Amino acid sequence: MTDQTTPEDFINDRQWRYSHIKGWGIDFDPKNDPTYPLKKRNNAEHQGYSWQRPPLQEETVEILKSVERPNLTAVYGTSNPPIGLSGVLRRIAFQYSESSYGRWLPLVLADRVNMIEGILCDIKKGHLPNLVNELGLRAEWKHNKKSLIGKSIVAAVMIGLVAYQFCSKKKK
Amino acid sequence: MLAMNYRGPYRVRADKNAPLPEILHPQDAIVRVLRSCICGSDLHLYHGLVPDTRVGSTFGHEFIGEVVEVGAGIESLQVGDRVMVPFNIACGKCAFCRQELYGNCHESNPEATAVGGIFGYSHTAGGYAGGQAEYVRVPYADVGPVVIPDWMDPDDAVLLTDVVPTGYQAAEMAGIQPGDTVVVFGAGPIGIMAAKCSWLFGAGRVIIIDQVDYRLEFAERYAQCEAVNFRSIGDPVVFVKTITDSLGADVCIDAVGCEAAGNTMNTLLGRYLMLQGGSTTALHWAINSVKKGGIVSIVGVYGPIDSLVPIGNVLNKGISIRANQASVKRLLPKLIQHVQDGIINPKELITHRVPLEEVADAYHIFSSKLDNCIKTVLIPPFA
Repeated sequence: MTDQTTPEDFINDRQWRYSHIKGWGIDFDPKNDPTYPLKKRNNAEHQGYSWQRPPLQEETVEILKSVERPNLTAVYGTSNPPIGLSGVLRRIAFQYSESSYGRWLPLVLADRVNMIEGILCDIKKGHLPNLVNELGLRAEWKHNKKSLIGKSIVAAVMIGLVAYQFCSKKKK
Repeated sequence: MLAMNYRGPYRVRADKNAPLPEILHPQDAIVRVLRSCICGSDLHLYHGLVPDTRVGSTFGHEFIGEVVEVGAGIESLQVGDRVMVPFNIACGKCAFCRQELYGNCHESNPEATAVGGIFGYSHTAGGYAGGQAEYVRVPYADVGPVVIPDWMDPDDAVLLTDVVPTGYQAAEMAGIQPGDTVVVFGAGPIGIMAAKCSWLFGAGRVIIIDQVDYRLEFAERYAQCEAVNFRSIGDPVVFVKTITDSLGADVCIDAVGCEAAGNTMNTLLGRYLMLQGGSTTALHWAINSVKKGGIVSIVGVYGPIDSLVPIGNVLNKGISIRANQASVKRLLPKLIQHVQDGIINPKELITHRVPLEEVADAYHIFSSKLDNCIKTVLIPPFA
């Protein structure tokens, strides 16, 4: 369970409490609409969450729901449900609202953890990731040979230096 | 089936054993993909900048295809129809869809309320598999997809699912008045299209600013606008003031979003440390370059985390900021007509056609701006 909100938590009880205000609405100008022409305004939001919902998709996988809404949407994607350590982090993140760093930073961390999980999963399945292909280095070789050679030399030197440091420390 | 498979930042592969999509809802359709594009905003996913982008995801929100299966509730589509599928997933019934805000549907993304469902755009946008695959599940298929007219080239059709409507809406939101000077930041496909469409609203002068020369040359030719490399003009804000009687541009369009170059601090905080929703450099320039009382239109994509913007200047200058994901469904009838009338020729943007099997190379070429790449189309086998 990622959050405890219910539809009852999201009621806007207007009750037209402003209708007795002196001057209420006298300067209303329908042309003063910064959303034009994007929005064909009909103020449907004022009726609340009352539209006839489409049929609801059957819940077959774990879906993490925003705490800012009362229910799952009528449809949703089912790809890649939360799993493993990254899934734990994602479930923690979804306890926070979308306006909170608590929501987004754990998700960023979860994505990085998920990347390592992906590599481990590949290896478990006997598939060693082909980094040359996955990073598009064939295209780099074809279109940007000079840069690739330069980067490769820099990388080789860096690795060499680290290896040298490591070996010389070991000797001492 | 064959599908693009995200493995982590800068790593993708073509997965030959991806599961076939299934009908999960009565208003679903399954579409066999004929063309899909890599969008500039896919690069934000590819670079690991969008939170909740899970390993194993298939990207792709710009695609067309042939309907091969429909759910029990589908009335407007039939098997065999060739359709362009808007990138927004929209129910057509909620308070927002009923006001034609199809990019803001309230019944397509349970995971975030700030954004509606988008194909292949992380779980922050609903966790849907995308169209860089042989087949894709299309929810609410009675609402979004539009049958491709017989006369239309598929390459034009695929660009009508995002690039053209987003560029057009950037200009539309800008409230351009006849004679206005419009400055577009970003000469990617969206910026180029925004520059082109600015003329349709009566712009008197259109200037596009970027740092990539080949894109600027393309923009100058395609959008018939002035093109300026910000590396050669010093401070872009001073440049814009200099060429606008010191008053500022009437309208500025941010068509860059979260990966803007040009400011070290923004790059560090937004792109490398991810402590804000991306690098806001283009938005800074837009706010500071526009005239008092001017309009800034944002179609560049930013992450959901807080971002540093000069909001004090927005207040003091009385700027209106307008932004949204394009409402593709709303705009399609008009844009199809513009294509038919030869006013917009979308397929000229396409520089690369790549087999889906070579998706990793395609991403790298687009991301690294190799081989003068403007727009890449992925072609699935048997398409």
